[in-house]
Amino acid sequence: MIKFCTRIFSLIALSISVLFFVISSAFAGSPTKVGFVYLTTPGDHGWTYAHELGKQMVEKRFGKDIKVSVVENVPEGPDATRVIRELAKQGNEIIFTTSFGYMEPTLKVAKEFPNVKFEHITGYKRSKNVATGNIRFYEGRYIQGVVAGLMTKTNKIGYIGAYPIAEVIMGINAFAQGLKSVNKDASISVIWANTWYDPVKEADAAKVHIAEGADVLAQHTDSPAMLQIAEKNGAMGFGQSTDMSAFAPKAQLFASINNWGPYYIKKIEELRNGKWNTGDGPNHWPGNVWGGIKSDMLVISKFQNMPANVAQKAQEALDGIKSGKINIFAGPLIDNTGKEIIPAGKALDDGALWGMNYYLQGVNGKVPG
Amino acid sequence: MITFIPRDKVSKNWIIIAPILSIVFTIFFGLLIFTFLGYNPLETLYQIFVSPFSRIDRISDILVKACPLIIIGTGLMLCFKSNVWNIGAEGQFIMGALLAGFIALSFPNIETKFFLLITISAGFVGGALWAFIPAILKTKLNVNEILVSLMLVYVAMLFIDFIVRGPLRDPMSFGFPLSKPYPEGALINKIPFPGIGFLGQLHYGILFVFLLVPVAWIFVNKTLGGFKINVLGSAPQAAKFAGFKRNSIIITVLLLSGGLAGVAGVIEVSANIGQLQPEVSFGYGFTAIIVAFLGRLSPVGILFAGIIIATVKLGADNAQMTMGIPKVVTGLFEGILLFFLLTGETLQKYKIKWSEGK
Amino acid sequence: MEALILTIIATSIPLLLAATGELIAEKSGILNLGVEGMMLSGAVGALGAVLWLENPYYGIIAGALSGVLMASIFSVFTINFMTNQVATGLGLTIFATGLTGLAGAPLVGKTIPSLPKIEIFLLADIPIIGSILFKQDFVAYLSIAIIIFISFFLKYSKSGIILRAVGDDHQSAHSVGYPVKKIRWYASCFGGMCAGIGGAYIPLVLTPHWSEGMTAGRGWIALALVVFASWIPWRIIVGALIFGGITIAQLVGQARGWPIPSQLLSMMPYLATIIALTMISGRLSKNNSVVPSSLGKPFFGSQ
Repeated sequence: MIKFCTRIFSLIALSISVLFFVISSAFAGSPTKVGFVYLTTPGDHGWTYAHELGKQMVEKRFGKDIKVSVVENVPEGPDATRVIRELAKQGNEIIFTTSFGYMEPTLKVAKEFPNVKFEHITGYKRSKNVATGNIRFYEGRYIQGVVAGLMTKTNKIGYIGAYPIAEVIMGINAFAQGLKSVNKDASISVIWANTWYDPVKEADAAKVHIAEGADVLAQHTDSPAMLQIAEKNGAMGFGQSTDMSAFAPKAQLFASINNWGPYYIKKIEELRNGKWNTGDGPNHWPGNVWGGIKSDMLVISKFQNMPANVAQKAQEALDGIKSGKINIFAGPLIDNTGKEIIPAGKALDDGALWGMNYYLQGVNGKVPG
Repeated sequence: MITFIPRDKVSKNWIIIAPILSIVFTIFFGLLIFTFLGYNPLETLYQIFVSPFSRIDRISDILVKACPLIIIGTGLMLCFKSNVWNIGAEGQFIMGALLAGFIALSFPNIETKFFLLITISAGFVGGALWAFIPAILKTKLNVNEILVSLMLVYVAMLFIDFIVRGPLRDPMSFGFPLSKPYPEGALINKIPFPGIGFLGQLHYGILFVFLLVPVAWIFVNKTLGGFKINVLGSAPQAAKFAGFKRNSIIITVLLLSGGLAGVAGVIEVSANIGQLQPEVSFGYGFTAIIVAFLGRLSPVGILFAGIIIATVKLGADNAQMTMGIPKVVTGLFEGILLFFLLTGETLQKYKIKWSEGK
Repeated sequence: MEALILTIIATSIPLLLAATGELIAEKSGILNLGVEGMMLSGAVGALGAVLWLENPYYGIIAGALSGVLMASIFSVFTINFMTNQVATGLGLTIFATGLTGLAGAPLVGKTIPSLPKIEIFLLADIPIIGSILFKQDFVAYLSIAIIIFISFFLKYSKSGIILRAVGDDHQSAHSVGYPVKKIRWYASCFGGMCAGIGGAYIPLVLTPHWSEGMTAGRGWIALALVVFASWIPWRIIVGALIFGGITIAQLVGQARGWPIPSQLLSMMPYLATIIALTMISGRLSKNNSVVPSSLGKPFFGSQ
């Protein structure tokens, strides 16, 4: 009897839901449909959360004129291809794929849907309907280096990196350049977490850095765990991707915030005006959009927990980068084995940044791999 | 008070009814949970169980997703039938993909598709070698295979990570951890359908599944090897008296299941990714454990179980896209389904009797 | 050095607790592979409770209860419905990962106060040892207390001996009149309680926020530790410290620039577990009495 009832029940359930589905799709209006693909959930408080904030800005700006679909926790592989294709099939007109590993899946699907626009974040391959966008994260790290150099008492900086890829190494080197500009005696130790996101492991790495004598910590991983440990142990650190001062009100010196919102809004606006394009940069790094502090894609949160003179130095570095007066990777650049990378008077170009597989002076150890 | 009374023989009816009933129960509990969480339960169910079948290309995506699950699940079936608990298929999958990838990348200009026979064999060897470690430790030193095979998953994950960021990294990848693309000869193509073109990602690798399922069925039901595995699992004492070599059976099932997991790895990478990357498996090795049980440790059952689990996974994606339901619900479903299914297994062997008081 | 030791201890405590609970369960014949899931529920339960009641000590209780709840699900199926323990345990982990992901969603982005350190009068002032051993939080003391308690319990108490008898040979235990299922229920729930507290320790002390799957495989390590300790409680302390030590050592190695790829260093704890298992199992096969012989086998008798 129970079984019979369940059967009838599920039958009714199905028919109602089918009906519901048909009706709801028939009455759908004509707002611009926008899709987002996330690597993790916004609960990482870091990378994906920054994209979520960008998406919220989009929703606020366009209101009823757009309809946003989000897929979280999409692994970088065949699942991504399927999810992106599904978003395209569901009529999304522009799809933002927000992790490097979505590069090939995005290109693959883009070929099948020439009328849909794709925005791949942090990639370097483009096509007729795939644009790329990225942020000059390293600019914020230079300022972190300046503040760290002035704040450290032990002259030991602990740095937690996710993976030894060019993007992270360029951040470490930019940090070292900032550090060197104010404090020649301080040096950076790097621990690779080999994960973007494992709060317990990041916390362990932070504890080890502190135990080894570091008093200022920096991270290129996603969770706020490092700052929480710094807060508990009287050390200092920097927020990653989003403002993490809620997790570490006394320890966060400032945060480098990834501000995707304006970029998203600009691209969606272009689409609605029929002016969307992939830019005309060369088909390799730096991509058509590689914005930093100047273009507001990287935002520096307020300087806190530091004396006024340090905040002033930090502000000077920020202004210098904004005005172009400071070129972070200007020669002479010497790597930490003493080899000259580039002589005085010259500077590394964007392409050279993406080939970095060495540490500059001020960083201990050697790039793995 | 409920008591269980052993049946004289396994109930035939229950073999069919139990899986169906457990799905019905799972759906019922799912309805409760979604109502409780404030989602429209009917629409959720529609998205999870029906929407994946709503378009022909979606159906083909189910097959693509189910393909590795069925292949690994079939291998695990052999292990579980003989009471060998290989839960490290994820690692064997990775090592198979890695060894095949190494060979594929060593011949960058090869175009003939016959090369696939070599890479697939390499995948089998890679997976089997990885499974050989718990096999030899269990048979020679009586080390628990559950823990060894599981620990080796983490080792394999870190190992492929190391290889792809170091020795096999494409110098043109701007420091990103990707190998060079595979040569044409190592790629498994999508199946073109006349007049329609491609259906989602549907690729020729799926043919391996249709080959594997009947072969596995014959092996399990019609050969001495299959018989030995059954006996060792269900009546170890009898196996001993019959003179079956316990150790060689254990080694064989582990090598076979590791090898099949490795083959699944090759097919997945060659058909869907086309190069090595730090993550090539996405929990297939673990999900396949559920598939093996859901399929009642029978090849045909596993075929269906793989399709059901793949449906739920794709359906959860759809539910997230249209309704914003977190994707973790798939885990919830898989867990509940497994619980009820295992209970069903008990009901096959035992009758329920209601008794008063104690 | 002192700071490093404290870090190692903190990393070890969740493992220690979860392994201790699992040891008791296994002694009674219950093999619960769902430790990871029980730890996750402990973590999410603790966080929720602390956010609600604003006192970290409630987190311990909530963690314990969440662990027991998960263990009860496991027990209903394996003990009463006699399902396969390995499969049910795996199912429990998968189920709990999903459930905690859903339940934890509203907790995302919130942070909680940590468990305070308790200084033990006078002892805490001993140089070095004092701050390592006698300036810990409540759960750290509790975990050592549990280990001491169960060592005595298993060896000297009547209930402990009955528990072992049930795990060693449930048929004889049943025929002597011991309630096999009831005892297994208790043992299984004790295991859930310990795993729950172990999981709760992660947000309460290590990283005070919630993130999906934040136990990151520690439940599986706890399972390995039980075998590593060959079912002898005090050896779990040694095993947990060794494991915690290796985890931290590979980070220290990187910070100090040891020229070994970090992935290979990260493999060390897992390889060490396999090696330890191999060494111990070689001995076990000669002396089989330590392994509960009914481990993982369902008991079909009625009672």
